[in-house]
Amino acid sequence: MGIVEAILLTVITAATPLVLAAIGELVTERSGVLNLGVEGMMIMGAALAFAATQVTGSPYIGILAGIVCGALFSLLFGFLTLTLVANQVATGLALTILGLGISGQIGEPYVGMSGIKLQPIVIPVLADIPFIGPLLFRQDLIFYISIALIIGVHWFLFHSRAGLKLRAIGDSHGSAHALGIHVIRTRYLAVMFGGACAGLAGAQLSLVYTPQWVENMSAGRGWIALALVVFASWRPGRVLAGGYLFGAVSISQLHAQALGIGIPSQFLSALPYAATIVVLILISHNRRVTLINTPASLGKPFVPDR
Amino acid sequence: MTANEMSRSDALLSVRKLTKLFGSFAACDGIDLEIRPGEIHALLGENGAGKSTLVKMLFGVLAPTSGQILWKGEPVRIASPGAARRTGIGMVFQHFSLFEALTVAENIALSLDPRISLAKIAEEAAVLSRNYGLPLDPKAHVADLSVGERQRIEIVRTLLQNPELIILDEPTSVLTPQEADRLFETLAKLKAEGRSVLYISHRLEEVQRICDRATVLRHGKVTGACDPRAETPASLARMMVGSEVANVTAAGTNAKGGVLLEARNLNVAARTPFATALKNICLTVRSGEVLAIAGVAGNGQSELFDALSGEYPVADADAVRISGKNVGTLGITARRLMGAGFVPEERHGHAAVPGLPLSDNLVLARSKSDRKVFLAGGILGIIRYVAVRLATKRISAAMDVRKSGDDPPAGSLSGGNLQKFIVGRELDRQPNVLIVNQPTWGVDAGAASRIRQALVDLAKSGSAVLVISQDLDEIFEVATEIAVINEGQLSPAYPAQGMTREKIGLLMGGFHGKAEEREAAHAH
Repeated sequence: MGIVEAILLTVITAATPLVLAAIGELVTERSGVLNLGVEGMMIMGAALAFAATQVTGSPYIGILAGIVCGALFSLLFGFLTLTLVANQVATGLALTILGLGISGQIGEPYVGMSGIKLQPIVIPVLADIPFIGPLLFRQDLIFYISIALIIGVHWFLFHSRAGLKLRAIGDSHGSAHALGIHVIRTRYLAVMFGGACAGLAGAQLSLVYTPQWVENMSAGRGWIALALVVFASWRPGRVLAGGYLFGAVSISQLHAQALGIGIPSQFLSALPYAATIVVLILISHNRRVTLINTPASLGKPFVPDR
Repeated sequence: MTANEMSRSDALLSVRKLTKLFGSFAACDGIDLEIRPGEIHALLGENGAGKSTLVKMLFGVLAPTSGQILWKGEPVRIASPGAARRTGIGMVFQHFSLFEALTVAENIALSLDPRISLAKIAEEAAVLSRNYGLPLDPKAHVADLSVGERQRIEIVRTLLQNPELIILDEPTSVLTPQEADRLFETLAKLKAEGRSVLYISHRLEEVQRICDRATVLRHGKVTGACDPRAETPASLARMMVGSEVANVTAAGTNAKGGVLLEARNLNVAARTPFATALKNICLTVRSGEVLAIAGVAGNGQSELFDALSGEYPVADADAVRISGKNVGTLGITARRLMGAGFVPEERHGHAAVPGLPLSDNLVLARSKSDRKVFLAGGILGIIRYVAVRLATKRISAAMDVRKSGDDPPAGSLSGGNLQKFIVGRELDRQPNVLIVNQPTWGVDAGAASRIRQALVDLAKSGSAVLVISQDLDEIFEVATEIAVINEGQLSPAYPAQGMTREKIGLLMGGFHGKAEEREAAHAH
């Protein structure tokens, strides 16, 4: 395995949780709900996935635990913001803080334990293609899911009637309601999809990226995922591209250190955010692009029978 | 042969004794209406005449209190818009419910059977829009389209459901004349296919041009069913606004003073797609005068108020003059400092902050213009609560504001009482110019007469008062001069004494400056 391959492999591993959490949040935001609790849902997923794997010995049960945990945790957010119409920003922040706290509690007994790494699934024939094979076809299940989700979400949003309804709700929930679309029900499902994806992203952290439990191991990746959704202007393909770009940037600090390049690591870890700000300026510069891609009712509470 | 002698069974839709009560208020009171296959039927009336309530019942948005709707001679119950569509009734609303971020085809797809593929919908929409002369690109995003094009989407969306009756609510109010002409061609085509159209409008010219029959509503009742082509604009207007003349209490004073408020060639471009542009508005209000501006809502009233009050200053300083000084470019506070007072239309959130007590609302409005009275401590601007409370009390007593407690939140007052307070807040300053938009909109009769009396008294004391109103009774009660606003243009002001409802109706229907000659022609 050459150095380039090795670096690219680490980029893929670093990018996968970002892509997963971002594609989930993208669906949530396309429905008009801003869930800032990605970081909290992610760390909860990581803790539960690790614990379940340790208890059962199977990382696949761990993955499932991470997904279910993320979805259930997001259900709390959904209940507060959709049923009780609480402020979405405040609730999302609370979810992150709560998640960081509870996950620390859950993970306490597992600190310092060596985990069980999720093993790659080798896809016959394709895995033997030089260069591409080891990179893309000797990967773990979560990587395959992340790619499938990008394609699936793109198809869902832009080629299915259910996805059209979801986008309609995100654009104008009042008009959607008038057409008889179930706004609240759809938003619950979208929020839970986002939670499940964030939970899966967390499972990737504690089962693949670094197979062990460390408190706060999500280390701000939930926030990067949130930035990524805006960066991608709410389009799945761009989430994939942006996720790998952000993954490459965040991993580059390690490689830079290894190669002895003296760029301060703080600067590199700030790069994704700087990139997001630049993209935001570029996007908002063009009103038309903003209007067409940004869910217009993002973050606005919907109260029927007004 | 008249419409009423035609056999009833010929009608596509008949409405018998349809009534809708809101509490004890009858928005529609025993309406009879008959629409035949293949006709364009006009529904004429002023704002609040009951047009919208009637069509909402026909489209299943509102449930009638009593009465019957017959579809092809059979009684039907239309419980929802979905049921209306299944029956064969389609409706194009005045304000569109489109999704800006979605494409034309996607917007149409959302209201159709989910089993039809998007590609097929796009194809059908393209064919249909071409056939009816409503060119549309199914792949275009709504955000990129003009208001006229957006309306086409609504029409195409309605036509795809193959309705036999299409209801259009004030369709030309958002269109340019060219777009309107195109729409009329489409309507002619629909008629040729045997479809019926219920065309809601207050524009007499259009109705005479395209409609076969008309039903006129006033105060929730049918005041006429006729062939608009056989009528004159004057006779239509009379049915629309009523012929009886209200008791005009002479508000005019003998001694008319100098010009206190003036607008010269005031032009304002439309700020939003739904706003009206003001075109060459000229008006003068002298000391002792009450100029009332009549007109159907949405013809530029709020835009005119915004420009005169300085909420949205205009580019030309001399377009608006207060007490002989150019103020066009000045903001609202500067104009207040020159002795002008303003009462906007919306009470909650515009004229008053609903959550704050009356005293705070008083300070917010007058802290600049009456700084010395209400604020202490120079630049510190400390509120003198004693003075403010006293003023609140004084205003409440002067205007008979009924409230719970001394200083309740503005939002807790009833509409009429809050309006009395807001008008009183301005009157308390003895403004030399007062501009009021819809002073008694949604206000009970007692409060309304109190407010009107106060406006008349202010003018008698030598101020210039401008009242923008849709209520003709109110206009005749307070005005010394009357002008009419229509599509952003203001008619010349006529003395209230010589003014008739008929003439106002003509001016509201867009017969600018032609009122006299039409009337004269009709007399012969």
